[in-house]
Amino acid sequence: MKTIEREVMQVANEAGVVTARRMARDHAIRLGLNLVNQTKLVTAVSELARNMVVYAGGGKVTIEEVEAGIKRGLRITFAYNGPGITDLELAMRDGYTTGGGLGQGLPGSRRLVNEFTINSEVGVGTTVTIIKWK
Amino acid sequence: MDKIPILKMGQFLLVTIQVDMHDRLAMTLQDDLTRMVGTSGAHGVLIDISALDIVDSFMGRMLSSIASMTRIMDAETVVVGMQPAVAITLVELGLSLPGVLTALNVDKGMEMLTTRLGSSRGDSKASHEDD
Repeated sequence: MKTIEREVMQVANEAGVVTARRMARDHAIRLGLNLVNQTKLVTAVSELARNMVVYAGGGKVTIEEVEAGIKRGLRITFAYNGPGITDLELAMRDGYTTGGGLGQGLPGSRRLVNEFTINSEVGVGTTVTIIKWK
Repeated sequence: MDKIPILKMGQFLLVTIQVDMHDRLAMTLQDDLTRMVGTSGAHGVLIDISALDIVDSFMGRMLSSIASMTRIMDAETVVVGMQPAVAITLVELGLSLPGVLTALNVDKGMEMLTTRLGSSRGDSKASHEDD
């Protein structure tokens, strides 16, 4: 997979969540995603960026325009500041929450994108990567 | 700090969300709305989200809580104007907005509120159709 363009931002609070959403929207429009896919992507970004703020006190969001063969898409990586998730399987379950939310953040976001990878190690940190192909 | 204005119109409260919602703004709206239902004695709340280009789980939860809170305070809440792309995304995200009344647009939402409250006060708000 080839990266064509990359933009990085720090998300530390809820204002950062709004900025991350806006950035994702701009890239999605530039790539030419249709409105439904733009909306799905931006919603997933909103969930994951908020997760970072609520559970890890923030983190780093990297937006990349990528190319694989003839496919083009957006890859967005969320690097959480926090200590990692103890039970990933549980965290990915619909309706499970430790933060007082609805428990749709992680599993819901996975359904909104084409590829979803989560890596977490306790004491080290969590990284979520999503890809939306055009 | 910015705030979302709440307008009183007869026995209804009207809210149009025109800005990018961040979480604190959503919480403030929830507080302001419940307080205003209490002080104004409004029986209906209409929230127009036609300008919102996403509704995520936080925002969805807030809409659901507003609906429940106002209901136990004797006011119905109708959410109107959801964009098709937002509806598609919400369903895929796994949210169904339990307890929230929805209508296609402001007109239909007002009609819904008026009909629901019509029996108690048939005089003032006859629905006017001029199209």
